[in-house]
Amino acid sequence: MNGTGVAIVGAAESDLGVTDQPILGLQTQAITRALDDAGLALRDVDGLATTGISRFSATQLADWLGIQPKWTDSTFAGGSAYEMYVARAAQAIRAGQAETVLVSFASNQRSARSRSLGGVVEAHTPEAQFETPYAPLYPLSYYAMAAQRYLHEFGATREQLAEIAVAAREWALLNPKAFRYGAGPLTVEDVLAAPMISSPLTTADCCLVTDGGGAVVLTSSERARDLRKTPVEVLGYGERTTNTSMTAVDNLTLTGAVGSSADALARAGLSISDIDVIEVYDSFTITVALTLEALGVCGRGEALDFIQDGRIRPGGQLPLNTNGGGLSYCHPGQYGVLLLVEAVRQLRGECGPRQVAGARTALAHGTGGILSTHATVILGVDR
Amino acid sequence: MKAPSVPPADVVTAGWWDATREHRLAVQRCAECSGVQHPPRSLCIHCGRTDTLRFDTAAGTGVVDSFTVVYRSPVPDTDVPYVIARVRLDEGVICLTRLENAEPDAWRIGDRVAVDWVDLDDGRALPVFVPAPR
Repeated sequence: MNGTGVAIVGAAESDLGVTDQPILGLQTQAITRALDDAGLALRDVDGLATTGISRFSATQLADWLGIQPKWTDSTFAGGSAYEMYVARAAQAIRAGQAETVLVSFASNQRSARSRSLGGVVEAHTPEAQFETPYAPLYPLSYYAMAAQRYLHEFGATREQLAEIAVAAREWALLNPKAFRYGAGPLTVEDVLAAPMISSPLTTADCCLVTDGGGAVVLTSSERARDLRKTPVEVLGYGERTTNTSMTAVDNLTLTGAVGSSADALARAGLSISDIDVIEVYDSFTITVALTLEALGVCGRGEALDFIQDGRIRPGGQLPLNTNGGGLSYCHPGQYGVLLLVEAVRQLRGECGPRQVAGARTALAHGTGGILSTHATVILGVDR
Repeated sequence: MKAPSVPPADVVTAGWWDATREHRLAVQRCAECSGVQHPPRSLCIHCGRTDTLRFDTAAGTGVVDSFTVVYRSPVPDTDVPYVIARVRLDEGVICLTRLENAEPDAWRIGDRVAVDWVDLDDGRALPVFVPAPR
């Protein structure tokens, strides 16, 4: 196991669900809780990475927090940005540009009713002329076309795809923070009977729309040893950026996660079979099937056979999306930061009834846009 | 489909939209490397040249790469369901479009399709696809 010499030393969520908080209020909760978790204070922070606040997101956050950081990043890549920030923060810390970096995100999209079915279209982009006039749901219709193609190409069934939502619910029932905690189990029949939005996907194949946010704190591994919690080492990272349009990628079922995860694992000196816990962005059920194959967990076209028989449910051989995921736990829009929070907690052994026994390595994989951006982070603990 | 609102063409896309006024489906092709691309750009993504791009008239036929039946439209007052699709033109590029003139549930991946036109208020037209004549 190789390290990058940088570790995550603090991790926390903001309030989740329906909060009636402004975005910066939720950011404040996540940031102060993550710093408390690390045993650090705001005055220790000299790097910020965030987006989704305003046009000048990191600048806005620095102003709000009353700090003047030496390093910032507001790369806008949708839900994978937070895995990208971990990579860039690790590089900045190694290069000596910053010592302590906060990576954070929050959204109040449920309280503010700010999400639209068609997404945000900028009139000067090619998509505004060549795609938006047809009125696709954004991002849903793209994932729906990927799902349709997947089922066609590999002869998998709609029922098999539902298992991803069913398993996510089983994990959420073990997580008191989950939006669907207490909602009871979900069945394959429930998923298929839910309202169809963009075939073959129903509302139950789609992630939640909630408020929420999270933050992680990074510093050098050397400094991390003197802090409060077991350091979670950043072992590797990788990313791919592939498309904004719905037509640029030739093969809908083959994503940039192939390259991003291969790079991350190579940097860590690990193979996918060495990973104890996997947290992947489950924007839609199909996203999980495509990502598992891209990570090399199973072969092309095999994911839906592979996950049957409870393999990704609590107690199964492949612990996946152990907080209940975007499907049943929380989905504030750019969910990627919460993948990191859960991976850190699993590696520290803090997850109570949903804890994966003896987890020493974790993989977090973010996906942004319409399978547009892909970023993988490998984390590990020495114990 | 009813004629939607479409942003105006710009200098890069004007040739493509002008062809739609005559119900011709254009594909941008590089005279240097013969590469094709869609939507139109100001450089060739295959060879990087910026001065060799022209619009060819496409055959107007292709195959359904994938599709989805939309039941909840992002645009108010839009009739549902309707079919959004990726059509792979015989020239090789993929277009986002609507599939029309068939029951939404009757479409299958691999179906052969031909271009049809929805006239816009400003004289341009929007290409959609219908079942190819047998």
